[in-house]
Amino acid sequence: MSLWEFANPVKFMALSGKVLPWVIGLCAITLIPGMIWGFFFTPEATNFGNSVKIIYIHVPSAMMAINIWVMMLVTSLIWIVRRHHVSVRAAKAAALIGVTMTVIALITGAIWGQPMWGTYWAWDPRLTSFLILFLFYLGYMALWAAIDNPDTAADLTSVLCIVGSVFAVLSRYAVNFWNQGLHQGASLSLDKEEHVSNVYFQPLLLCIAGFILLFLALVLIRTRTELRLVRLHRLDVRERMKDA
Amino acid sequence: MIALLVRDLRLAMRAGGGFGLGLAFFLIVSTLVPFGVGPEAAILSRIAPGILWVGALLACLLSLDRIFQLDFEDGSLDLLATAPIPMEGIVGVKALAHWLVTGLPLTLAAPVLGTLMNLESPGHFWIFITLLIGTPALSMIGAFGAALTVGLKRGGLLLSLLVLPLYIPTLIFGAEAATRGTAGLSASTPLLMMAGITAGSIALLPFAAAAALRVNLR
Amino acid sequence: MLELGKYADAILSSWAITLGLLIALILVTWRRSVQVKQQLDAAEERAKRND
Repeated sequence: MSLWEFANPVKFMALSGKVLPWVIGLCAITLIPGMIWGFFFTPEATNFGNSVKIIYIHVPSAMMAINIWVMMLVTSLIWIVRRHHVSVRAAKAAALIGVTMTVIALITGAIWGQPMWGTYWAWDPRLTSFLILFLFYLGYMALWAAIDNPDTAADLTSVLCIVGSVFAVLSRYAVNFWNQGLHQGASLSLDKEEHVSNVYFQPLLLCIAGFILLFLALVLIRTRTELRLVRLHRLDVRERMKDA
Repeated sequence: MIALLVRDLRLAMRAGGGFGLGLAFFLIVSTLVPFGVGPEAAILSRIAPGILWVGALLACLLSLDRIFQLDFEDGSLDLLATAPIPMEGIVGVKALAHWLVTGLPLTLAAPVLGTLMNLESPGHFWIFITLLIGTPALSMIGAFGAALTVGLKRGGLLLSLLVLPLYIPTLIFGAEAATRGTAGLSASTPLLMMAGITAGSIALLPFAAAAALRVNLR
Repeated sequence: MLELGKYADAILSSWAITLGLLIALILVTWRRSVQVKQQLDAAEERAKRND
């Protein structure tokens, strides 16, 4: 019994169908209380005032935006090396979620930036990198949408994802070099010195867990849809072959 | 491989369009910018390196879809694929041909257009040297994008969407080096970074592009 | 009701936009999944009858 067993679409469908309700349930009992806790029951911060409440959506979505791209990179590599259908469909399924997270991070960041820095947008390295990440997501999704044959599309988008990842990292360093920024450093490091205080940290952790579970639930549903579409395509082709 | 290079160059010359079009586009962009931002010499000379870089990048983009498209349509790409040269070599030669017909003329024309934009005196040298080092990377990245979209009917717009984000690091370091050099500051760090990107692109991207071409020829 | 002070606009608009986007994403995902499932079931049915 190895992990690769679930690369078989039939096994994956069976397992994901069983797991899905649990993931959705767990997501509901972390995300909703986390958000309510963060929104209603947290005190004002000394420097940020009440605007600190934006952190409960800004930080999780920003984390997810990057991590989803990493997940797409890993699944694309698995497709290139081992050619498991589930893997590349999961990458495709994740792209729209990733782009939504990027947009949320950008918009909430801009709204938060206005009272804090006095501007909605600054060409700060972090902000700029997220904008670039958004462009990479768009390109990836556009390439999927443009190609009809599912296998060709899977191969080409995987190659794009791998090359794009290299250039995304390069852009990150280039942008850092180009302009030093306003954005504060990481607010969640394991290093205790820089840690935000527990009052904000606990609901934030709950929200992050909620976002991760939400992503898991959505990506499972979307991967299942994608696999069904592949099956549909196969049946379609077979039907046409018979007619011809 | 040399025969392929000569053939590509000759085709580009004869077709005419691809060869002059990029240069003409570059000239037009450099003419339009002063209309947009106003004729003050101080502003123009400050933004000139950046504008020239963006202009060169867009001009480069214009002719990218021709790298593989024509050969794909008339089937000669299939023949090349069965020829005893590796696909990576074909990609490299195609990118080199693209650079010779667009990147090199753009590099030579940029200092002249810099004069139009009141570029300060060391700027001509810097814009020339940064474009000389940076445009091969643009051609190589472009060849990769062209390989991805070669099978598509309306690949042009998609090609720009795919390739432009990949151009960002080259653009940042190139324009930064040109700006710093023009201002008389030390430009060696961005210049070296850009040279690194160019070298890395030439070394690694032919493999990715060849993989994409093989998928498209399947 | 909660006192949000001078940041009320910023907080409420960012939360509203976030929730809106997330709900839209969930709805799109769910609707597509139901649609595709129905299409596939119909196609499987046809395939079985043709065999």
